[in-house]
Amino acid sequence: MKKRVDILIVGGGPAGLAAAVAAKEAGIRSENILLVERDGELGGILNQCIHNGFGLHTFKEELTGPEYAARYEGKVYDAEIPYLLNTIVVDIRMEKEAEEKESGAMESAPAETGEKNKDGNDSCVNKMKYVTAMNKSEGLLTVEAKAVVLAMGCRERSRGALNIPGYRPAGIYSAGTAQRYVNIEGRMPGREVVILGSGDIGLIMARRMTLEGAKVKLVAELLPYSGGLKRNIVQCLDDFSIPLKLSHTIIDIDGKERVKGVTVAQVDENRRPIAGTEEYISCDTLLLSCGLIPENELSAGLGVTLNPVTSGPVVNESLETDVEGVFACGNVLHVHDLVDYVSEEAENAGRNAAAYIMRGRSEKEMTGSSSGQVIEIKADKGVRYTVPSLLRQKYVQEEQVIRFRVGDAYRDAVLAVYFNDTPVMRINKRAMVPGEMEQVKLKKSKLKDYPELREIRIAIE
Amino acid sequence: MDIKKSGIETETKATQEKQELVCIRCPIGCRITVESNPDRTLHITGNTCGRGAEYAEKELTDPTRIVTSTVRVRNGNQPVVSVKTKEDIPKGKIMECMEAIRGVELEAPVHIGDVALADVAGTGVDMVVTKDVGLVTA
Repeated sequence: MKKRVDILIVGGGPAGLAAAVAAKEAGIRSENILLVERDGELGGILNQCIHNGFGLHTFKEELTGPEYAARYEGKVYDAEIPYLLNTIVVDIRMEKEAEEKESGAMESAPAETGEKNKDGNDSCVNKMKYVTAMNKSEGLLTVEAKAVVLAMGCRERSRGALNIPGYRPAGIYSAGTAQRYVNIEGRMPGREVVILGSGDIGLIMARRMTLEGAKVKLVAELLPYSGGLKRNIVQCLDDFSIPLKLSHTIIDIDGKERVKGVTVAQVDENRRPIAGTEEYISCDTLLLSCGLIPENELSAGLGVTLNPVTSGPVVNESLETDVEGVFACGNVLHVHDLVDYVSEEAENAGRNAAAYIMRGRSEKEMTGSSSGQVIEIKADKGVRYTVPSLLRQKYVQEEQVIRFRVGDAYRDAVLAVYFNDTPVMRINKRAMVPGEMEQVKLKKSKLKDYPELREIRIAIE
Repeated sequence: MDIKKSGIETETKATQEKQELVCIRCPIGCRITVESNPDRTLHITGNTCGRGAEYAEKELTDPTRIVTSTVRVRNGNQPVVSVKTKEDIPKGKIMECMEAIRGVELEAPVHIGDVALADVAGTGVDMVVTKDVGLVTA
């Protein structure tokens, strides 16, 4: 199979679905959009998130994950947007990328295209992206696309990445794997459970396993605060008297064939176990809920620059990566705590991808001069990162949303925004925590008042 | 283990003693203390806004939750389907509700909104399907 489309979207979860619908609404014909999903159904991780709490912002009602997904799937079906299931994208490549790579000209490529544009050559062609995918029925297939939207989501930090010593007995699962077993496959992973990490999936699974008759003995969190939403601490742990131990970790896993127990210890401020605080807890199951990592192998292979803080692509105001015509949204960009924000962000990415195609531009605008001034957004004191991290003044949206996370728990702090070195915004915040994404909205008109604007700085004071 | 009195038990004790809870209406997470006055009104302290008082009052006088779970499906393209209580039910009824749906088995196909079990655990609330599950394909 060989195919040509305008927009190819990698991933049929909440981000991919919303991006597809928005691209269509922005004027791209359905048959020129292709959604590629590796699972057997659309909806992504929402299918296993059977709990409620989704959609409060988007639909003003509380839906479960599958219901939220069904709303967007319905829009994709109604718009007759083509999609492939059970199909995995294995490679994305830029037109002419091979030659550029060989000559080591990756860095100089932007300048090169920039010059071309000044000469008026090549200025109305989108550089093609070659997407290689495979599935059981068609084998390998290549799709040429003018724009690609990356919406691959994220995956869980694994035991290997956590360096917990011990054998490799059965009974150790990531919280999300256990969630899939229980909620989709109808199987219980175990009866006596300890959970390491207080991420939202771990908290949700503590309740879910309890409801299904398991005994959740402990949730241990390495940090002095939980990474999960407060609502989940109350409704998933407190409601069922499940203890949460902060500043605790697991230092040993007992059992050779099957988990028999774990040794938990308190940690000091440097996260090192404190001798004498060890406690053995018998269990047959250990769930790990220790953070999510955007899944960017495809992006990296394509040469997209990643932000080391988020592990997601560096993007501009249009959610476009530094590879022209390649956009990113959802958890592949940065890990979200609310799906509503994923949908909103993905709609943006889909719209911008459509605009990119309709402009038919080929210029490298991410840092190029043709797009007017480029403003850098700097995450300063207390702010870990921002999305986006670059604004091209020409394309700034009427109300530009900048999302970020803070690095620590703050009370009664001020969120300060500086244009160059001039303070332009001071927002009093009663509380900010790393587990909840923050945002500031900048008006385009306000940016115009600062013609010499080179840097926007966001800091906690 | 007894970090805090179980939420499920608070219902019965609410009118008798001092209760502490963490507000979940926003990220501040105020620690709210609620004492009941002799005239059965509540004295709420520690909250920083009206929503906190509202939350505390609801949690102590009439705590409710939406319950979500799964039930078996016969001949479905997946073995279980997700369900929820159509509205929130008293917190104290959560386990009874789980018990009631344990034996339920639906016949595929099922659709979002289908009633999996009517009037679950005598709450007057139906347990409804939250996902479409089609017939298994041979």
